[in-house]
Amino acid sequence: MPAEFFLASIWLIPLFPLAGAAAMLLVGRRLSNKAVSWVGVGSVGLAALFAFGAIVQLMARAPAQRLVEIVLFDWVPAGVMHTMSGRVLNFNAPWGMLLDPLSAVMIGVVTGVGFLIHVYSVGYMAHEGGYYRFFGYMNLFMFSMLVLVLANNLLLLFVGWEGVGLCSYLLIGFYFLRKSASDAGKKAFVVNRIGDAGFILGLFLLLDTIGTLRFTEVGPAIEAGGFAVGNGVMTAIALLLFVGATGKSAQIPLYVWLPDAMEGPTPVSALIHAATMVTAGVYMITRMNLVFQLAPIALGAVATIGAVTAIYAASMGLVQNDIKRVLAYSTVSQLGYMFLALGVGAFTAGIFHLMIHAFFKALLFLGSGSVIHALSGEQDVRKMGALAKKIPTTTMTFLVATIAISGIPPLAGFVSKDAILAASFNARPLLWGIGFVTAGMTAFYMFRLVFLTFYGESRVPHDVEHHIHESPRSMTWPLIILALLSVVGGWIGWPESLGGSDHFARFLDPVIARHAQAIAAVPEAAQHATEYELMAVSVAVALVGIFLAWIFYLRRPAVPGTLAEKSGGLYRLLYNKYYIDQVYDAMFVNRAKDLGTTLGAFDLGVIDGLGVDGAGWVARISSSLSIVWDEWIVDGLVNLAARIVWIFSYPVRMIQSGRVSNYALLIVLGVLVFLGYYLRVTGVTLHNVLH
Amino acid sequence: MNQTHILSWILFTPVIGAIVLLFIPRERDNLHRVIGNVFGMLGLVVSLPLIWRFQIGTPGYQFRESYDWIPSIGAHYSLGIDGISFLLIMLTTILGAISILSSWSAIQTRKKEYYILFLLLQTGMLGVFMALDFFLFYLFWEVMLVPMYFLIGVWGSDRRLYAAIKFFLYTLAGSVLMLLAILALYYRAHELAGAAAAYTFDIPTLLGAVPQFSTTLQRILFWGFFFAFAIKVPMFPFHTWLPDAHTEAPTAGSVILAGVLLKMGTYGFIRFSLPLLPTDAVARQHIINILMVLSIVGIIYGALVCMMQKDMKKLIAYSSVSHLGFCTLGIFALNPHGVSGSVIQQINHGISTGALFLIVGVLYERRHTRLISEYGGLSTPMPNFAAIYMIATLSSLGLPLLNGFIGEFTILSGVFQVSLRWTAWAVVGIVLGAAYLLWLYQRVMFGPVTNPANEHLPDLNLREYATLVPLMLLAFWIGIYPKPLFRVLDVSVRQIVEQVNPGYYNSATAQRYGEKPPVAAPSEAARSERNGGESDSTKAAKRVTPNPSAMIASSAPLAANTAASAAEKR
Repeated sequence: MPAEFFLASIWLIPLFPLAGAAAMLLVGRRLSNKAVSWVGVGSVGLAALFAFGAIVQLMARAPAQRLVEIVLFDWVPAGVMHTMSGRVLNFNAPWGMLLDPLSAVMIGVVTGVGFLIHVYSVGYMAHEGGYYRFFGYMNLFMFSMLVLVLANNLLLLFVGWEGVGLCSYLLIGFYFLRKSASDAGKKAFVVNRIGDAGFILGLFLLLDTIGTLRFTEVGPAIEAGGFAVGNGVMTAIALLLFVGATGKSAQIPLYVWLPDAMEGPTPVSALIHAATMVTAGVYMITRMNLVFQLAPIALGAVATIGAVTAIYAASMGLVQNDIKRVLAYSTVSQLGYMFLALGVGAFTAGIFHLMIHAFFKALLFLGSGSVIHALSGEQDVRKMGALAKKIPTTTMTFLVATIAISGIPPLAGFVSKDAILAASFNARPLLWGIGFVTAGMTAFYMFRLVFLTFYGESRVPHDVEHHIHESPRSMTWPLIILALLSVVGGWIGWPESLGGSDHFARFLDPVIARHAQAIAAVPEAAQHATEYELMAVSVAVALVGIFLAWIFYLRRPAVPGTLAEKSGGLYRLLYNKYYIDQVYDAMFVNRAKDLGTTLGAFDLGVIDGLGVDGAGWVARISSSLSIVWDEWIVDGLVNLAARIVWIFSYPVRMIQSGRVSNYALLIVLGVLVFLGYYLRVTGVTLHNVLH
Repeated sequence: MNQTHILSWILFTPVIGAIVLLFIPRERDNLHRVIGNVFGMLGLVVSLPLIWRFQIGTPGYQFRESYDWIPSIGAHYSLGIDGISFLLIMLTTILGAISILSSWSAIQTRKKEYYILFLLLQTGMLGVFMALDFFLFYLFWEVMLVPMYFLIGVWGSDRRLYAAIKFFLYTLAGSVLMLLAILALYYRAHELAGAAAAYTFDIPTLLGAVPQFSTTLQRILFWGFFFAFAIKVPMFPFHTWLPDAHTEAPTAGSVILAGVLLKMGTYGFIRFSLPLLPTDAVARQHIINILMVLSIVGIIYGALVCMMQKDMKKLIAYSSVSHLGFCTLGIFALNPHGVSGSVIQQINHGISTGALFLIVGVLYERRHTRLISEYGGLSTPMPNFAAIYMIATLSSLGLPLLNGFIGEFTILSGVFQVSLRWTAWAVVGIVLGAAYLLWLYQRVMFGPVTNPANEHLPDLNLREYATLVPLMLLAFWIGIYPKPLFRVLDVSVRQIVEQVNPGYYNSATAQRYGEKPPVAAPSEAARSERNGGESDSTKAAKRVTPNPSAMIASSAPLAANTAASAAEKR
């Protein structure tokens, strides 16, 4: 094997799952489930092998050398164009792959977690129809996601971006016989398209400003352009790209599709709607961090939207009864944290949390899947309880993930969440406050879920109860590995203040451009002092949340009910998700449909009716008018002339009787008249004649 | 010139087929469809040599043939193609073969006449894309109407007569104006050439004379041609013949109508309307603004109207209005991205909408209804059909790695260079496109089978695969590796753009690039000028100034802007 073999073959990484998908979708129906599993999981396994090989070889290089770019072919050589400044250039988007520390982290997460989830799916989906279709879509998703994170230019990134959206659509609607599932899929796609509209406009603006979309050229082009911090165009680009991120990563106001996306099979929720796809927005912004650092307004928007989404989603998560929906809101909330991190300029912290979140959230979803599996499809926590003894592995791993997400040291979630809170405290104390409160809420709703599901008294219906069983090993092993990662995964980013060396941030450093004006430097010692305090309070608030959950759902199970009754309005508002779906329907969806109906009627009535058919009618009316004209005037004149002749010929006609005797009489009379006349004129008298 | 007759062969192969069919007795109707298909296929086969004989990178028309036809008026039988017509001809022969094949079981009455008319239609359309003589062009333009009229009127569904007459009269009305414009062009060009010159209908010669015309005449000529093309495309608000014609026509008729016929309008815009744009910057900008607005209205309006359609074919027909809006939008961006994107999108629309009509045809043959509400849950009985329909839907809504995206992206990139606002509006159409297409798919394919009539629908048969799979392969090919298309178009588009937008390829600022790589920052002033109300026109006016020296002069303010912005930064 040649040196750096894996680095030279990064272009292959997405192609393994693509081949798997093609095989499955073309001939999968004829394959046995076993063959499908081997191809479906194997292709991702190969991708993971190549990905980790490449990561290792990349890390073996010196930090400054950690960049590999491989261009396979010209993809969109669209030709000559002008930039805004009047520069003429030849646009060409290559099909090229780029591996640097950032994409290395991403392919690690995507293939690693993706592989575990594929393994898990073998057990989970074993009894479902359309097994090959499921793995076909999942592999297609892996392809798209890997293109997204490995793309060397923004347009190719967009390919992955849309591709994962498509797979999300297909997999949410996997149970297409259910209308709610196909509705949810459609909603996800269309809402994402709204974000994509912003993304593509941002892409055009970037292209027209700096004349390139290749990531390796964006930096130098911006440097050369001499854009100052606060530059208007950069702000516009950043904001437009962020619109795209809010769609894909389910932030306010485009988060509405994600809770509904839980209609898909649980491994899908784990892979796409928790660990990988929804973090694409975070990745994209980090990838474009140079642009964002030049746009403080856009960063402010990112941080604010992130923090508000975090607490907003957490508030809805407090009262939901569907185990997957709670996790969905939790995902939205955690993504909010990541955006908060990006918005305060802590890009590495955002990516770090992305990775850790992928571990524990995938674990939570897979765990919930294991619970649902055990309960023959039940998702309502009100019909669970006391499962801890019956499904111990699931319970233990779920508990680990819950502790991690709650931010209890030394688990991974503590490290990554703390990095975000520390960064936001320095930059935007108010937003830190929101994040701090959210941390408490997170601990509360997650432990609520744990207590309701695994502890307390069993509320499981009897006919279901004796079917309860621990999941097969193909499902529990991924849980155990992810649980392990949720514990130790954070240690690679252990902060310096706690005696670590923050390897993770160092690794990512080359990708993140430091802009002096963008991030106010804080003296290190002072930083450490505040960091300790911040850690202490955030652990404290998490413990308070856990304690409350314990009181509410284990010690005094009656409390939540009375509380809900007493706070009536607020509870209903949260339970009904702030009625946002209804508001959107009323404001946008139905209005668009109405507009369509109106315009349809307009098209039929006015443009076609009045315009085209109208023209037809005018032609017909004017043709009947011209018939009238022709018959009465043009032809009428002719007839009139004839009529006049006819009238004046009346006396003459009287003579034409057709009787010979009349004619004879007339002849005689005529002869007599002429004769008389002749005689008068010539003076010849009858007398003369006779004589 | 090296004489070649390949174009004539392509052009008249269908006619030969039609003549052969004439001599086959009516009773042998199976033989009719066999021969019809043989010549449909043959039409494609004889066009294939173009693929390797077409010289990429050679400017001007290729494979030219020219013979005196009516010397007294200067009409020639004159053919030739460039990259743009090359692609459209390939589209025509491919879709022709496919749609003739799709008629195999769909057409049960008067097969002899059907195949004869269909082959004549092929010749008419091919002629339009090949003719280099206005007289010949007009002849083909009109000839093609007749077979289409009968195809709709005889083999259509319930309201076929209304639709056929509407189609015929509407398009004829536009063509008459074009005829007048052609004559005006013909006489005026002769007048300018001097009394000694011979009369000619030669297209390059006549269009070459246009810059010497007065602005008023240029304007009149532009609008004269405009109506013919706008009706054919169709542009909003001249589109209402389309839903009726599409809906009533037999499947193959709809495929050809959407796939090729509409492209005659966009082809006309590129070939004739662009050179006819007034040289006067103000008059030109005025016209372009109108066309851009009509295109955008068409995009959004067509998409919104799609949402409420109950008839599948009507829905797809309105989606054509929306998609063709993108094509015209690209053309009048007057830059390489816009024009080449437009041509690619025309091809794409032929592929994806052609496929969608074939798909509706598959359902119609099974159930004899086009109403969306009659269907639902078809994924269960027809899984392979579901897969192909999904790919066609995705290609139509512009998913990357399928063909639609390449066209839309390139067009929008071209339009963006002219105006951010126009692009933003056009993007709305893309969002709506996803909504109505996926909603249609959901209503037809997903859910349980509710209508007992749909329970046992057979999946695709071999012949249906043969019509659909090639289109899917083309969709993937263009989506993944569109480079050959861009290369074929490059020189032709360049010639057109340099004609209407002189100096675009080598503006004075291009040299600045070498001195100070790689970027000059835009100033806030330049930005606001870009997005501001009236300045759109001044900017575009600068870009379309007719002679290169003026272009250099006009780029001076841009250079000044960049200098100012550099100063501002300091």
